[in-house]
Amino acid sequence: MKEYNLNESFITKIAEEKALTTKDLQVYYGNNHAIFDANLEFPRFEITALIGASGCGKSTFLRCLNRMNDKRARVDGEIMYRNLDINSPKINVYEVRKHIGMVFQRPNPFAKSIRENITFALKNAGITKKEILEQRLEQSLKDAALWDEVKDDLDKSALALSGGQQQRLCIARSIAMHPDILLLDEPASALDPISTSKIEETLETLKKNYTIIIVTHNLQQASRISDYTAFLHLGHIIEYNTTANVFTKPKMQATEDYVSGNFG
Amino acid sequence: MNAKKYDHLATGVIYTLVVAVILILVAILGYILFNGVPDISWHFLTSAAQSFSAGGGIRDQLFNSLYLLVLTIIVSLPIGLGAGIYLSEYAKDNWFTDLIRTSVEVLSSLPSVVVGLFGYLLFVIKLNLGFSILSGAIALTFFNLPLLTRNIEESLRSVPDLQREAGMSLGLSNWKTTTKIVLPAALPGILTGLILSAGRIFGEAAALIYTAGQSAPTVDYTNWNIFSSTSFLNPMRPAETLAVHIWKVNTESVTPDAHLISSASSAVLIIVILIFNLGARFLGNQLYKKITATK
Ligand SMILES: Nc1ncnc2c1ncn2[C@@H]1O[C@H](COP(=O)(O)OP(=O)(O)O)[C@@H](O)[C@H]1O
Ligand SMILES: [Mg+2]
Repeated sequence: MKEYNLNESFITKIAEEKALTTKDLQVYYGNNHAIFDANLEFPRFEITALIGASGCGKSTFLRCLNRMNDKRARVDGEIMYRNLDINSPKINVYEVRKHIGMVFQRPNPFAKSIRENITFALKNAGITKKEILEQRLEQSLKDAALWDEVKDDLDKSALALSGGQQQRLCIARSIAMHPDILLLDEPASALDPISTSKIEETLETLKKNYTIIIVTHNLQQASRISDYTAFLHLGHIIEYNTTANVFTKPKMQATEDYVSGNFG
Repeated sequence: MNAKKYDHLATGVIYTLVVAVILILVAILGYILFNGVPDISWHFLTSAAQSFSAGGGIRDQLFNSLYLLVLTIIVSLPIGLGAGIYLSEYAKDNWFTDLIRTSVEVLSSLPSVVVGLFGYLLFVIKLNLGFSILSGAIALTFFNLPLLTRNIEESLRSVPDLQREAGMSLGLSNWKTTTKIVLPAALPGILTGLILSAGRIFGEAAALIYTAGQSAPTVDYTNWNIFSSTSFLNPMRPAETLAVHIWKVNTESVTPDAHLISSASSAVLIIVILIFNLGARFLGNQLYKKITATK
């Protein structure tokens, strides 16, 4: 692998409203330092993509943002969300996760009906009115572009759906909670091209109401759907800029090599 | 070239071994059923045992076995669930957890006669519970708990971590995720394990001879007051179970038809356990289908 100077980076500042900001974020798995000094600002109502070679720390970084690394890794630094450091030990992590949802690489619907997949967490969060639950159910499934395919089978098992449908159900399940921010970790990597493009369309519509941060190893996907792109290498954020700039006018040699396929 | 030959050879050896195992099992089962089933009658199942004359039945022994089974499960299921959930969902990977696991394993390989004698010393003598259903149920709990705990832990573990992450990412607490997402998904496995362990309990004799006792006093099946000494529900009365009965009939019985009673009782025992086993499969499958709603 080519050697790059990991201490050189180009990180743009965001002029618009920020949904989330990380300050000097460090992640350690035991003695393994996995993320170094991550300082990123995520713009509200935009799609930000995290790209980089496998093992560079994309998932690790993403999971910090809604405290899914608790118990798994040590995370130092600040994550500012609405003037609150949500990385602080005092924070109620369950509350954080209601505001910052996550969709995983492999679809993971609950072994319950489609309806219950959506309403279960809502009920747990104290929403019990039937009309509200029904309305959230329909709206989230519509937003995730799944409603037409499942509206007659809401009481059937979610496990009977195809992989692509399951993943859209997982997206619906997250957005039914009305989070501010949606984190997605390679949501389409286990799916066929048609399902993938459906998910991409879904994300484009969702961005009107949600801030989206998506990890992807698919460069075309990043350039198609994202507004901003961060490039990670060996745990360092090497470049962060508008997607157009990252792909057409990269500032760093590593980024240029990576996006042009001359990496490694 | 050689690989293929080896493959053939290995397949042949494996098939032979499997056939041997099946033959042995079928022979034993066939022998017991063949000898016992013709002597099973409604009268046999519903009349009391006779000490000296022929024509006795197994009514009380059959009931005692079932009652003991129910009590044992009532005692051991909550403990097993708690321990299984702790080990699978909460325990950290450290020496303490290892110690618990090792203890459970050691306990599970304890000979049941040792469990019985331990129960005799502690519950029957020391705690003054006497030969009673309660002593028997506690001894059986000791006997049952290790495997039950293991089974519950394994069933919970086999639920993919992705399910837990899904729960966490929606703001559910650990406890909610465990009880409302992981546990239901593990239920078919837990149920199967529970029913299979019921079969083991049902057939157990050694642990009961010194705890639940070897006598089946006449009880009144219409007396529902569990504190009354003649009530069939009284947990403080001695209770000979079917398996113990078989053992006793074969060792010290003086009834002229001891052989017949022993064969028929063995057949009943085997049939009940077979029903448990088939029921476990069926219920487990049904439950899985119901929970996942896949057909
Ligand atoms: N649960 C974990 N425990 C220990 N090390 C981990 C764990 N998860 C990831 N790592 C390590 O952290 C680094 C980054 O991994 P990851 O964030 O999964 O990368 P990516 O998502 O970019 O492929 C890798 O070196 C990986 O081995
Ligand atoms: Mg990853």
